Order: sequence, then C-alpha cells, then structure tokens
Amino acid sequence: MANAIEASGLRKSFGPTKALDGLDLTVRTGEVHAFLGPNGAGKTTTIRILLGLLRKDGGDVSLLGGDPWRDATRLHSRLAYVPGDVTLWPGLTGGEIIDLLARLRGGHHDPKRRQELIELFDLDPAKKARAYSKGNRQKVALIAALASDAELLILDEPTSGLDPLMEANFRECVNAERHQGRTVLLSSHILAEAEALADGVTIIRAGRTVETGTLAEMRHLTRTTIDADLGGPITLDGLPGVHDATVGRLADGGTRLRCEVDNTALNEILGRLSAVGVRTLTCRPPTLEELFLRHYSERPVAAVQ
Amino acid sequence: MTASSLTGTTALAKLALRRDRIMLPAWLYVVIIGVCANAYTFVKLYKTPSSRAALVASSQGNPALLFLYGRLNGTSTGALTAWRYGVWGALIAALMTVFLVIRHTRADEEAGRLELIGSARVGRQAPLVSALAVAALANAVLVVVLCVALPLLGLPAAGSAALSLAIGTCGLAWAGLSAVAAQLTSSARAARGLAIGVLGAAFLARAVGDSAGAGGPGWLTWVLPLGWTEEVRPFAGERWWVLALPVALFFLGIGLAFVLAARRDYGAGLLPDRPGRPSASALLRGPFSLAWRLQWGSLAGWAAGYAVLFAVCGAAAKGIGQLFGTSSALEKEFTRLGGQSGLVNAYLASLMLLAGLVAAAYAVSTVLRLRAEETEGRADPVLAGTTGRARWGLSHLLVAVVGTAALLAIAGVATGLGYGLRTGGTGGEVVRMLGAGMAELPAALLIAGIAVAAFGLLPQASVAVSWTVVGIAVALNIFGQVLQVSHWVLDISPFAHVPRLPGGTVSASPLLWLSALAVAFAVAGLGGLQRRDIG
Repeated sequence: MANAIEASGLRKSFGPTKALDGLDLTVRTGEVHAFLGPNGAGKTTTIRILLGLLRKDGGDVSLLGGDPWRDATRLHSRLAYVPGDVTLWPGLTGGEIIDLLARLRGGHHDPKRRQELIELFDLDPAKKARAYSKGNRQKVALIAALASDAELLILDEPTSGLDPLMEANFRECVNAERHQGRTVLLSSHILAEAEALADGVTIIRAGRTVETGTLAEMRHLTRTTIDADLGGPITLDGLPGVHDATVGRLADGGTRLRCEVDNTALNEILGRLSAVGVRTLTCRPPTLEELFLRHYSERPVAAVQ
Repeated sequence: MTASSLTGTTALAKLALRRDRIMLPAWLYVVIIGVCANAYTFVKLYKTPSSRAALVASSQGNPALLFLYGRLNGTSTGALTAWRYGVWGALIAALMTVFLVIRHTRADEEAGRLELIGSARVGRQAPLVSALAVAALANAVLVVVLCVALPLLGLPAAGSAALSLAIGTCGLAWAGLSAVAAQLTSSARAARGLAIGVLGAAFLARAVGDSAGAGGPGWLTWVLPLGWTEEVRPFAGERWWVLALPVALFFLGIGLAFVLAARRDYGAGLLPDRPGRPSASALLRGPFSLAWRLQWGSLAGWAAGYAVLFAVCGAAAKGIGQLFGTSSALEKEFTRLGGQSGLVNAYLASLMLLAGLVAAAYAVSTVLRLRAEETEGRADPVLAGTTGRARWGLSHLLVAVVGTAALLAIAGVATGLGYGLRTGGTGGEVVRMLGAGMAELPAALLIAGIAVAAFGLLPQASVAVSWTVVGIAVALNIFGQVLQVSHWVLDISPFAHVPRLPGGTVSASPLLWLSALAVAFAVAGLGGLQRRDIG
C-alpha cells in the first residue's frame, strides 16, 4: 500500500457553511506529512472525516486501504489519534486515561515505553485530569498515542499547549517514529515545526488544497533569495525571473545586491554575478513561512484552483 | 466584601439573562400556568361550596393525595388551589433556581469560562452575586405575575399574595442552598445533585409529615423549606411570619457561601483532590467499564437517597387510616376507598408512582450523559478507538437500565422494610413492595428509550426533548386526574398503564408492550447514532 491516506475532492458542509470544498490530501506510507492551514481552513474537519466521526458529503477518501466511515472500528486498531482540543474525564487520573485509551484502541502496548514517555514529557500520572493544564492534557493524549504500536499517527495540532522544551522532545519522538517506518499526519499551523519534521506538505485554505508536494518540490517551484556583495556595478534590467531587486553602492566602489530569483533563472544570474566578481554570497531557499504567506497574501480565494 | 469585589456584577447579570433568555421564561411559564390552570379549574369545576366540601372530604381521607400535594387547610377555591399546586409550584421554582445558580457559578467555573471573566475588570464575588441577583429577580417576577393573575381569576388578594410569596421565597431559599452547594464540590454535576437531593428530602419530609396522620411525625412538615409553603396557609388564615423562614435561609446561605468562597481556590471545591492511581486497574478496560466508572458515583448517591427516604415513607404508612372517620361523609369516602387496607395500599401505590417518575428522571440524566460526552469532546477518543458507536451508546444505556432497576428495587424493598418492621410481617411486605416497585420499571425505561431516540435522531434537541417528556409524564400523573383531563390525554404517559400496586390487579400485557416500545425507541436511537455526525 503506497499511500496511507488518499482523499480527493472531499466536500463537507455544516448547514450553509462549506467546511471542505474539494479538498485533496495524499499521505505516502512511512512519511511525516504536514497538514497546514490557518484557523478554520478545514484541518480538523478533514481529520474527523478520516476518523469516521463525520460523514463526507462528497469526494473519495481511503484510509489504510479502507473506507474510514464503513470500516471505522477495524481501521482504528491500526491508528492512534491526538485531538487538537484534548478534553479528558475529570475524575480519572492521567495514568488511568493513558491505559484506558490504549485498551480502547486494542493492539500491543509496551509498559516500558509508556514509562519512558511519561518521564520524557515530565507528566505526573497520579493527578486527576481536572487538575491538568492544557499542555498536560495534551501530553496524556500524546503519550497514549506514541506508546501504541499503531502504524498511522493522526496528530491534530499536538504541540499547541506544550512549552518549547516539550516541543523539542515531541520533535525527537516524531523523528524516531519516522525511522521506525510509521506514518504521521501532523496538522499544524506552527510552520517551523512542519519544516523541521515533514517530508510532505499539504497547504489548505478555505476547505481546498492550494499546494501539495514534498518540501523540496515546493521550494523548487518558487524563488530563492540572493544577497551578494559584488566587486563592481551590475545591471539586471531585462532579465526574466528576477524580482524585487535592490542595488546599493558600497564606499569602495562595489555593489550590494538583494533580489529574489525564480529557480529557472538561477543559473543565468549566477553567471552574471561571477562575471562582475563575487565577494560574499548567500542563497537562501524560501522558508515554509514565506511559502505559506505567499499563498495567503498574494492570491485571492477565487483565483485558487 | 468590598465594593471592588462586586465590580462588573451588573454586566454579568445581563450576560446571564441573555444566556437564559429562553430557559428562564420557560421555567416561569410552567409555574405560572400551573398555578393559574389549577385555580381556573377549581373556579370552573367546583362552583358550589358543597361540591368543594365533597372534594375536600374525599381528599382529606386519602393519605395518598395528602402525600403527593400536602395538607388541606380549607374548602375555599383558593385553599384548594394552594393545596393542589402550592408545594409543586414551589418545587418547580426551587428546581429552576438550582439550575440557574449552579449554571452561572460552578458550571462556568468548571468549564473555565469564569477564568476568562475573572481576568477582566470583574470583582471576585461578582459572578456569585450576579447569579443570586438573577435568581432573586426570576423569583420576584414569579411573585408579581401570580399576585396579579390570581385575583383576576377571582381569588382573594391577600391569599393570592401569600401563595405567590410562599412559592417565590421557596425559590429564594434554594438560591441560598445552591450558592453553598456550588462552593462545596468541584463539579457542577455534583453541586446540582446536592441541591436537588436536599429538595427531594424536603419533598418527602413534608409528604410524610402531611400524610402520616395525627399520631405520625407531623413536625416533619416544618423541617425543610418545601413544607413551609404549606405552613404559610394561603387562603386559610395566612401566617405571614412563616415567610421569614425561607428568606432567612436565603441570607444564611449567601453568608455561608461567601465564607466558603473565601477559603478556597479558583476551580477547587472545599475538599482537595487526592492523588489517584498512576495506572488503570485491570477492570477499566473498555467502554462498558468506562461508563460504569463515570456513572457509579451518581448512582450510589441516588441509591442512598432512595433507601433512606422510602424506608421513612414506608414506616409512616402505619398511622394511615386511623384518624379519619369523625364525620359521616368522611366515613363513606373511607369505605369507598377500601377501608384502612385500601388506604394504605393507595398510599403505598402513590409512593411507587413517585419512585417510578423520579427513577425515569434518573434514567434520562444517565442517558443524556452520552450527549454531554459527545459535545465536550470526550466521545472522540473512545470512538477513535475500536469501539463502535452502538457499543458506546449501549454502554451508558446499560448503566441507565441497571441503575433504574436498582433504584426501583431499592424503593420497593425499603418501603416494604419500613412498613413491615412497624406492622410485623416484614418478609411478605418486602416481596409485595419489591414487585410493586419493579412494575414501574417498563414505564421508566420507555422514557429512557425516548431519550436514546432523541439522542440518536435529534442530537441538538435531545436534552430539551427528553426533559420535556419527563415533565409531561409528571404533569399528567400528578395533576391530570384532578384537572379532569380526558383519558386520551392521560394515556400518553407510560405510567398511566402501569398497574397501581399494591392493591391493583396485575396484568402482564401493558408491562410487555411498554418494554417492547422502550426497546424499539432505543434501537431507533442507536440506529440514528450510527448514521449521523459526531460532535
């Protein structure tokens, strides 16, 4: 099975509100896939359809080779889920809930791994859930998911309540999961996290997919930022693929250049720069944040296909 | 308390009124219409003094009626109205107040909403004070509307004022009690349970006091506020000073609540949470054990209440039928009702009817836990495991069925024990009353089944629909007969088809078709649950 999750043209409405409007999502088996979008874009709705909690209005969806609505209980023994807004039973302790969630999922659970994770995330398992903060509630759900032997982890904004230290621990865990061949669907709006962890990325907006692919592919299709100090003057007029160029004169007669270049024009530019004489040069691929912001600031919704 | 600790009270009170703009008028409507409809019926149907005297004679001799409604203090239209709906009106006003106060204090605190409010420019005591102010306002509206409406129906003004105030101050008394309950427990559910538990105790204390007869514990009517409503004696030589008792209780409750609130942290009850098990016991392993774990505490509370109260009520049955018989009219009525054993049976049967109606309320609250789990997001982790929806729904339904059966068995056994120990023949009474209690089970479960159907098919409306069904059953079985409602309407209530035991004749067929209907509704509900969206 090449793809753990395949969804195409997914549609879901709540009354007059269109939550999903033709969403596509493909997650290859064994990859960490970041599922990005601003608040209200439809990330949680998609995940709830994948879990069989909501029924899709239209489109096709398959999860681990099955139908998430029809085969829900059978498929659930192979996945673990961390909800975005973790609510727990206030009268049960964290430790009891971790064990309960494991038993509700079935499958094998390693008590040693459970203990390691409790220590790693610094959770007091004897406390009643009503006394936990948001971050601690999230840890309970995370530990239960990470201690499982599920082949697919569905994590809905799993770090939104964690402190930076715990976030780092979380990243370490997800990297370890990847090496063990598990598939992870990571919904987030923390782009640095996705950038650090993800192989594949899907960016959605208003219930539609606006960009999908590996991080490398997405960067390839976009621009590189160039900062250079040059030995002499340079003109870039008339060169296709160069944007937002600023040229400044340095005191010793050199030139400082900053511009954004389409990757197709990169070769040509570098030729010109070395002809003038390069003193320093930084080429930087766009950050995910820049990619993301470009999608939300440049294109109005209607133009998105 | 300083002035700054009250900053924002008005704004919070307005917010509370905005949030309750549908619920609050609905509660007020139920009380006002209830009192006025009763008054109207007595004005229309019992025009002559002799017809009223006959009704009073027959009722005074019937301890079952005294148990359900209270003492009769006169034969005027007003006195009859106060008798038939005074206690019940006060009971509903008290319930309204409990829900209102807890909803805007402990429930908001538990949900974390008060944290958001507390971080704004809002005084420490403002949420509690605003909730109490809204409760006082609601009860004041009740009093004013009744004071105007009852004289329009032709009742004397003084009595009308006394009855309205008796009902309204009873609501106030529970505002004070709820304020205290909201400080004691850290969960809103437990706080509501506590306040409603006291209400149940108050109802049964006065019921026993009223129906026990001359030799019985008549003082029980004085013990708790619901009985004070009767002791005001509206339309029968009003005793205005009695009204000071509930008002005093109101202020006492507020004072105590403030003292308790000053001694605890935000979000905490008075008792700190003790650490629990760091890992789950082997027993907590699936949806059924989870549902049991979540609900057994509340069942234990209900069971303890049932055991004590029905034992007391059963013991009180002994005095029944001994004091009546001074007038010939009473004696005739006495014989018509079946003599002493007939009267005792009628009393015990109405006890069992009450046990059934309250058990139905327990069953509905237990079934509706499913909806609370769903809306609060706790159903997701269960359903994201390998638990199917039907199994999840069944898990809580099973607790409801077992719990309801247990409560009715306890009601029967406790009544039998209480009565049997005072009359001799304990064993026979226990068996007889156990049967009488269990006969109510199919009717209670039918109402639980309707709640399951509402949850599965109309999730958004399920809470309103389910409690409306309970309310209709209570209204029809408690007030239907005297309001001379047609049989077609009375038959809507499942409890209308239960044999009146002990004393009545048993036939299996209504019990069977009630059970079959209950199953059909539950199956429809679980079917709906499997087809709809969760959340």
